[in-house]
Amino acid sequence: MSKLIRSSIVRKVAMALSGLFLVFFLLQHFSINMTSVFSEEAFNAASHFMGTNPVVQFGLQPVLIFGVVFHFIMGFILEIKNKSARPVKYASYNGGANASWMSRNMIYSGLVILAFLGLHFYDFWIPEIVHKYVEFSPEDPTRYYHELQEKFVSPVRTVLYVISFVFLALHLLHGFASSFQSVGVNNKYSANIQKFAKAFAIVIPAGFIFIALFHFFNH
Amino acid sequence: MKLLLKIWRQKNANDKGQMIDYPIDGIEEDMSFLEMLDVLNEQLINKGEEPVVFDHDCREGICGMCSLQINGEPHGPDRKVTTCQLHMRMFNDGDTITIEPFRAAAFPVVKDLMVDRSAFDRIQHAGGYISVNTSGNTIDANAIPVNKQNADDAFNAATCIGCGACVAACKNASAMLFTSAKVSQYALLPQGQVEATDRVQAMVAQMDAEGFGNCTNTGACEIECPKGISLENIARMNREYLSASLKG
Repeated sequence: MSKLIRSSIVRKVAMALSGLFLVFFLLQHFSINMTSVFSEEAFNAASHFMGTNPVVQFGLQPVLIFGVVFHFIMGFILEIKNKSARPVKYASYNGGANASWMSRNMIYSGLVILAFLGLHFYDFWIPEIVHKYVEFSPEDPTRYYHELQEKFVSPVRTVLYVISFVFLALHLLHGFASSFQSVGVNNKYSANIQKFAKAFAIVIPAGFIFIALFHFFNH
Repeated sequence: MKLLLKIWRQKNANDKGQMIDYPIDGIEEDMSFLEMLDVLNEQLINKGEEPVVFDHDCREGICGMCSLQINGEPHGPDRKVTTCQLHMRMFNDGDTITIEPFRAAAFPVVKDLMVDRSAFDRIQHAGGYISVNTSGNTIDANAIPVNKQNADDAFNAATCIGCGACVAACKNASAMLFTSAKVSQYALLPQGQVEATDRVQAMVAQMDAEGFGNCTNTGACEIECPKGISLENIARMNREYLSASLKG
């Protein structure tokens, strides 16, 4: 087993699978957030369900946290190992001639996303955990929409969210499409899979940006 | 053509090495890149200086000996050519050309632009073969039917000349394209099935042990490969490795 975990291919597949898992989470998160644009009640109902359902809270949430932490730690480990594979750098390196900016800078787009997660946890997740599991406050199923709106009053925070989603798009533009190659899918369907993955990488972050701006202009 | 060459000079494996400028004149655009270096070396020898050491052999793009990182790209700016097939017409009069050795921990510099690529040989030795009895009773390979597509894909994988451009181009110095080509050329043929499980595991283990980086699917290797080896081979090796690992 330890031999397997040290294998470059197993690590690559693990990065791809954890990334794909996070893509599914992102889609689910986006779907719930999008309801806030159309209906306060629907958003509150969905948030109340996600925030109180024991399967979500004590089953899916720990899996998600593990997935996020694993993806980041493995990303850092691989980056350090990859840097050490070329100890003497090129004096002239024309990386743009043969690979996209996104594919060459996953660690930097990833670091921006990590910084964003820090802000996002500070904004929502930590207050939520304190509210429920530290203060044991009584549940108000109508509180979620107002909590969301309060956060997008600040133009600084809104701009930080927008910038983060741009980097999320850059990360996904390479990461989502490339995860299929990592798990061994490269066949006649690959061209369409790539198109779908790239469209997803633009549409979902753009949707998150729309939601942030919507609440900034409509609070 | 009049050029300024910036060339990596390093006395031996332990020397620190540095970039040295060499102005050169009288280069014709029909010369190959290696012929241009030959001209430089003649001039250096006539001046009593030590010529620049670089790898070369067949000079017709089939042996995989020539290397060189030219202006930040392995085998220079042209596509699907080795350095010996690169012509000076790809450059302009007055250009500055940076010439460095392929850089990777697994490809240590021997001298100047020459690197030790024996790590590739060791990956091959780990499993890049099939065991066939050659005692005189060998069955004709053509007696075993092979699907045409598989035969073509195996042939394409086998055109890898092991030059190391994939490693040199990769931002992670990964050898996945080379190793996957050598795995694929057997994985696609019935003759390669007997040792399939052991082969991919042994070759990947050797690749990792040599200190190459991890593949992050940038695709730089495929673009820079002089033989056009496809990323499909890496996906195939990933599948082969996963299925071999499940078999144990």
